[in-house]
This record gives sequence, structure tokens and C-alpha cells, in this order.
Amino acid sequence: MGLVLTLQSRPTMVKFGAEAWLPGMVALSLIKEVAPIITALICAGKISSGIGAELGSMKVTEQIDAMEVSAINPFKYLVVTRILATTLMVPLLVVFADCIGVFGGYVGMNIHSDINIFRYLNQILESLAFLDIMPATIKTIFFGFFIGMIGCYKGFTAANGTESVGKAANSAVVAASLTIFIIDMIAVQLTDILFKP
Amino acid sequence: MIQQDLKIKDVPANQFVIDINGLWKSFGKENNVLKGVTLQVKAGENLVMLGKSGSGKSITIKCLVGLLLADKGSLKVFGTDITKLDYTQLNKIRLRIGFLFQNAALYDSMTVRQNLEFPLKRHSKELSDAEVNSAVSEALESVGLLEAIDKMPSELSGGMRKRVGLARTLILKPEIILYDEPTTGLDPITSREISELILSIQQKNKTTSIIITHDMACAKLTGDRIVILRDGVIYLEGSYTELEQSKDEWVRSFFE
Repeated sequence: MGLVLTLQSRPTMVKFGAEAWLPGMVALSLIKEVAPIITALICAGKISSGIGAELGSMKVTEQIDAMEVSAINPFKYLVVTRILATTLMVPLLVVFADCIGVFGGYVGMNIHSDINIFRYLNQILESLAFLDIMPATIKTIFFGFFIGMIGCYKGFTAANGTESVGKAANSAVVAASLTIFIIDMIAVQLTDILFKP
Repeated sequence: MIQQDLKIKDVPANQFVIDINGLWKSFGKENNVLKGVTLQVKAGENLVMLGKSGSGKSITIKCLVGLLLADKGSLKVFGTDITKLDYTQLNKIRLRIGFLFQNAALYDSMTVRQNLEFPLKRHSKELSDAEVNSAVSEALESVGLLEAIDKMPSELSGGMRKRVGLARTLILKPEIILYDEPTTGLDPITSREISELILSIQQKNKTTSIIITHDMACAKLTGDRIVILRDGVIYLEGSYTELEQSKDEWVRSFFE
């Protein structure tokens, strides 16, 4: 992401004589928007559909009912654990994606010019403020929560029959992806209202 | 060991262990499946429930463990109306009831050992690993499948899955066991083995059972009493011999 963003932005920045701002611009784009959205969408595709299919299959084969009749709360065992896992792990994955993206930007910068890693990082740190990082990270907690919740909901509400397992997985991805965009839109508005420069 | 924690009153000797009264259940406005089922089961009795597919046999036992909510009627288990219980109270009753699903419903991501350990560890946290292991081995031994302890459910045959399902049910030492078509999809020899197992469990553990089946050999072998469900109500009840000699052609068709 960082590499592509750097390579695609570079000609325009050079045209305006603003090549020195390239690391900062790429880092800002990555941390505030690109990395959270792309990572969350990948997680929606992989995790939400996985949870939807797994729980849907458990529902169809009466495994959830078996849990219920043996006095084990399937909501606690199957849903709470999964939502907790996605809520905690998606933000961590986004931070990881940020780091990889920033490193990709460094590689991109070095294709056309020679820039020292410390100078590159310094330029990024100078252009980044705490308020750029925090709201972007906080919204990923909500991404994670909804990725888990939608997957679980679709799985738990799967009708009987194997066809519904596929439907649960499919609709979990669609609903989770859409929800990510909606949360992102709300997060931008809220950040704008709360942290107006 | 688990039952010691329970505070649900024991059933007085003169009461039925299961007492279903006027049970109604519908799906949507038009589809009334149960239209006032009334049924009592005595302690230690094996009751076989017959009826056409879709007549509501499985729904009746699912209502009995709270998997489905009854629209109307009372469902007394151990003298307690389960329709009036909250989730925690219902779970206490559920601990005393075992349920064998039609396809055994084994947790397919767990080995046989983990399948059996799972309910035990959740409800008896005070048990040591050695005690859990011994309970698992004992339950598997009682169904004759100790050698399958480390297998995955996908590696088991239909009959073995039913046995493991039964072992998982037995591990919590239930007082009532509900069997949902325990021999469906099995060959006659395995069906007979499962039927004999049901009978031996009842004799050994003095459990009360409701057995839903279409397998008349299973009904004959296991049933102390047979009830037939038709059009959402109990149509007829009696012993195997009585029903076999019934003058009702529809009833006799089950035995032909």
C-alpha cells in the first residue's frame, strides 16, 4: 500500500516541488485511512465470513443446540470469545499494516531517490500529530467489534440446510464491509467535530 | 457430583418425572404442529414416541428442554414447569436431562475426548484432570468405544457417532434421556446394537427415556409403552403388543 501510494503520488508532488512532503503525506494517508480500511475489509472477508460459516454450520448440524441442552451458554462460549478476539486483534493488525505500509513507502521513495531511513522516519514523525493516530486507531476497535458481531449474528441466524451456511458466510462479508464504510464515515465526522483544528 | 449443586426439588414418588399438559406449538399463523399434546412419563420408564415425519415428535422433546418455546400448555419436568423458569433455572433442569440428537451433533472441531470433556469441565470445575480422564474413559467404555478416544468425529461411522453422542450425554449422569431417532440411517445390526445399548443404559442407570423412532425393532426392544402422535395430538398409546393388534389400519401400518 505504502509503496504504491508513494509511486503514484510522487510525479504530482515533484511537479509542485513538494517531494519532501511525500513521506509525511503517504504516512498520513496510510495511518488515517488506507491501512485501517484495507485491513478491516480483508478481515471482513476472511474473519467475518469464517465466523459466519463456522457458526452457521454448527447451527445447521445442531451443535449449538447440543451446547444449549448441556446447559452451556453458546452465546458466551461462541459469540463473546469471537467478538472479543476480533475487537482486540483488528486494531493490532491495523498497527502492523501501518508499519508495513510506512516501510513500503520508504522502499518506494528509494526507487527514484536516495533517502536515509532515519530522515524518512523523521519527516513522517514531524508531519504526524497524536490526533492523527488516535481517532484512526480507535475506529479500528469498532471495525473489529462489528466484524465479529456480524459474523456471529449471521452464523447464529442461519436457517436449516447447508445452503444457508454459504448464505451466512456471504452475507456476513457484505454486511461487515458495508458497516466498515458506515463506521468510517461516522468516525470522520466525529473526529472533525471533536478535534477541529 | 454435578447434581449435588442443584437446588431443584426432587420428584415425589407419586408424581410423573415428565408431565406435558396441553402443549401447543405453531410455526407461523397457519402451521400448528402440536395441538394440545398431553403426555406423562413415570420414573424409570422407556416411552417410545411414534408418528409420521413432521408430526411434531422432535418438537415435543425440543420443547421439553427449552430449545423451542411452547405457545401454550405446561411442561413439568421433575415437578417443575419449565415454561416458567428463567435461563439459569432452566439450565439446572437441563443438567439432569440428556439429549441424543438425530445426527449425534458432535462438535466437529474437537476430538472424541474433547467432546466428552467439554460439558464435564464446564460444569464440574473442581474435578482434577485425572478424574475427568477417568469419567471420559468410563463413559466411552459404557458405549464400547474406548479405542476411538483420540479420533475426530469425521473419522467415525454413523453408528460410532451415535455411540459417542450417547457417551457425551451419559457423562453428565442425566436422570432423563431424550433420544431423537437414535437408529435412523443405521444398518439393522448397528440399529440393534444401539437399541440394546439404550435398554442397558436404562437398566443400569435407572434413567427415564423418551425415544423417538421409526424403527419398529427399536420400539419393540426398548419401549415399555408406546405413544403415537397424529395431527398434533396423542392419537393412541399402549404396549407394543396392544398397538400391533390394533384394529385401526393406520396404527397397524406402522407395524407392517
